[in-house]
Amino acid sequence: MASQIIFLILTLAGVALFTFNARKVIRNIKIGKPQNRTDQPAKRFATMLKVAFGQTKMAVRPVPFILHLVVYLGFVIINLEVLEIMIDGIFGTHRIFAGLGGFYNFLIGSFELLALGVWLACAVFLIRRNVLKLKRFSGVEMKSWPKSDANYILITEILLMTAFLLMNASDAKLQALGEGHYINAGAFPVSAYLQGLLPTSASSLILVERICWWFHIVGIFAFLNYLPYSKHFHILFAFPNTYFSNLEPKGEFTNMASVTNEVKAMLDPSFVPAETAPGKFGAKDVHDLTWVNLMNAYTCTECGRCTSVCPANITGKLLSPRKIMMDTRDRLEEVGKNIDKHGADHQDGKSLLDDYISREEIWACTSCNACTEACPINIDPLAIIVELRRFAVMEESVAPASINAMLGNVENNGAPWKYSPADRLNWAQEG
Amino acid sequence: MEFKVPTMAELMAMGEEPEILFWVGCAGSYDERAQKITRDICKILHHVGIKYAVLGTEESCTGDPAKRAGNEFLFQMQAMTNIEVLNGYNIKKIVTGCPHCFNSIKNEYPGLGGTYEVIHHTQLIQDLINEGKLKAEGGESFKGRKITYHDPCYLGRGNGIYEAPRKALEVLDAQLVEMKRCKSNGLCCGAGGAQMFKEPERGNKDINIERIEEALETQPQIIAAGCPFCMTMLSDGVKLKDKDQEVKVLDIAEITAKANGL
Repeated sequence: MASQIIFLILTLAGVALFTFNARKVIRNIKIGKPQNRTDQPAKRFATMLKVAFGQTKMAVRPVPFILHLVVYLGFVIINLEVLEIMIDGIFGTHRIFAGLGGFYNFLIGSFELLALGVWLACAVFLIRRNVLKLKRFSGVEMKSWPKSDANYILITEILLMTAFLLMNASDAKLQALGEGHYINAGAFPVSAYLQGLLPTSASSLILVERICWWFHIVGIFAFLNYLPYSKHFHILFAFPNTYFSNLEPKGEFTNMASVTNEVKAMLDPSFVPAETAPGKFGAKDVHDLTWVNLMNAYTCTECGRCTSVCPANITGKLLSPRKIMMDTRDRLEEVGKNIDKHGADHQDGKSLLDDYISREEIWACTSCNACTEACPINIDPLAIIVELRRFAVMEESVAPASINAMLGNVENNGAPWKYSPADRLNWAQEG
Repeated sequence: MEFKVPTMAELMAMGEEPEILFWVGCAGSYDERAQKITRDICKILHHVGIKYAVLGTEESCTGDPAKRAGNEFLFQMQAMTNIEVLNGYNIKKIVTGCPHCFNSIKNEYPGLGGTYEVIHHTQLIQDLINEGKLKAEGGESFKGRKITYHDPCYLGRGNGIYEAPRKALEVLDAQLVEMKRCKSNGLCCGAGGAQMFKEPERGNKDINIERIEEALETQPQIIAAGCPFCMTMLSDGVKLKDKDQEVKVLDIAEITAKANGL
C-alpha cells in the first residue's frame, strides 16, 4: 500500500512539474508576434505525418536515419510498457496485461528486442559524438551544456533500457522459482542472456526487480522533466513544428504588411491605411520574432545538419544556422526568467541581435535555403536571419557599406549597379 | 543582333499584345557576360516564332537584392512600381532570365497585386523541346561532351525546379555528370542573399572556390548555369583555378542557342 501511495505521489508530482514548466515554455513562445499558420489544414497534417512521423527528411543520411529510427520506434513502442507499469504501480498489481497470453509474450518479446536496439543505437551515437568526434557535433556553439546535454540523454536512455532488461531478467528468474506473485508471463529473448549476471536467491532477485522497476518509471518521469531544459524537447515539438511549418516555396520571403501600407501611402497620397503600422520593423530581440520562430528554437535538437550544409559555415565564416536557433532559445529563456523574476515589462538591456547573434553572422548568409532543406523537422533559421537584417537595415540603417551602395543604386537607378536606366536596352543593339 | 528586339511600348503602339514578356533583369541588361545570355534567349524566342517583347527602359530592378538585404521598403517600392507597369500592359505570362527575378515576381508580387504566370528561361526551353519546337540540330554538336549543371538556389531549393534545366541538356546527347552536392543538396555559388554586392565575411575560403573545386572534380568540359549571378561566381572560380581554357561556363540558354546554330 505504501508503495502505491509513493508511486501515486511521484506520478502526480512528475506530471505537475512538467505541466508547470511546459506552460512556461508555451508562455515564452507566445511572446512572439502572431503569424497565421492555420491555413490548409489537410496539407499541414500530411506534412506532419510525412516529416515528423514518417521521418522522410532523415533518410538523406542512411546511418543516423536507421539508428534514430530504432530509438524513435523503441521510444514510442516501449512506452506501451509504461502503461502497464502505471497500472501496476497505482493498483499494486503485477504484470496486469499478462492475461493477454500469447500476445503479451509477443509484446514483451518485441519490447526486449527494441530495447536492445535502442541500447546499441545510443551506444553508437555516443561513440559518434565522443570517440569518432563527427564534425557535425562540434563547432563554437557545441561547447559545455549543449555537449553534455546530448551525452546525458544518451546515457539516460541506455540506463533506462538496461533497467528494463534487468527487470525482465530477474522477473523471469523469479517466475522460474515460482516465487509469490511472479506469474509465468512474457517472453524474454534478450534478457534471458542477462540472467546469469543476477543473484540466485529469491529475496535478492526481488530486490533487483523492484529497483529496476522503480528506476525505470522514476527515470521516465525525470526524463520528462528534463525535456524543458534540453535539446531533447524535439520528441514532442517535432509534431507541432512540422504541422505549422512553411508550406510556401522556400524562395518566397514574407511581404511585410506594415510596409505595404506605408509604400501604398507614398505612391498614392489618397490611400488610407486600414491599420496603424507597428512601432518596429524587423527583429532586434525575441519578442520581435513570430511565435513560429520561437517554437522553432525550442524544437531544435542541435543535430547540426543545417550548419553542415551551410555554404558560409563550410567556408569558415562565423555563421552557423544551428547557433541562430540555439541563441534564440537561450535569449528567450533569459527573457522568460526575467518575466518570472521581475515581471513582464522588465528590460535587461540585452537583445538577441548583438548580445547573442552578431552582425557578422547575419551578413554572412546567402539565403540559399540549404539549412531549411536539411532540417529534418522543418526549422527555419533563415526567417530569423532575415528579420534581424530587416531591423539592421530599416530601423538602424546599419549595413555593410557595399550593401548600402547597392541599395542606393536600386533606389536611384533601378538596378543594383551604377548604370543609367536609359542604357537598359543597349544589349539589344550589340552582338 | 540580326533582328530587332520588340519592346512593349512598340507593340502597344501597334495595338498588339505579346504571348509572353521577357523580363531581362538587371544583370541581363547591364552585365557584359549576362548580356550574351539575354541575346541568346531572344534568339531562341525569335527562332521558334513566339510573339514576345521586353520592357526595355521601362523595366526596373525587381527589388530582390533589397529584400534579401532586409530593405522591405525599397523592395515593395520597386515591386509596386513594376506591377503598375506590368498591369498597365496587361501582361499575363512572363519568362525571366534570372532565378532571382523569377522568384520575386512569381512568389512575392502576387501579394502586392501582381499575379502572372511566371517561368524561368530553362522552363521555357524545356516546354519548347517537349512541344517539338526546339531541337538540338543545325548547330554545334554537344554529343558525348561532359557537362555538369550547377543548381541555382532560387530555382532549385527556392522553387523546386530541378528537372527543366536537365531536360534541356539531355536533348543534347551530352554526358551529364552530377556534382556530389546537387539538386536539393546543391551548394550555393556564394552570390545569393545580396552577397553578390558585398565582400564575403571573414572566413577561410570563398564559397565560389568551394563550389568550383567540386565542379572541377567531375572533370567537365562545360559547367552549365541558369543564373547570371552563378555565372559570375563560377566564371571567376574557373579563372582563379586557371582552368578557363579547358572548362567553359555556359548558361543553358547559350548551350541551347549554340546547339541550334542560333
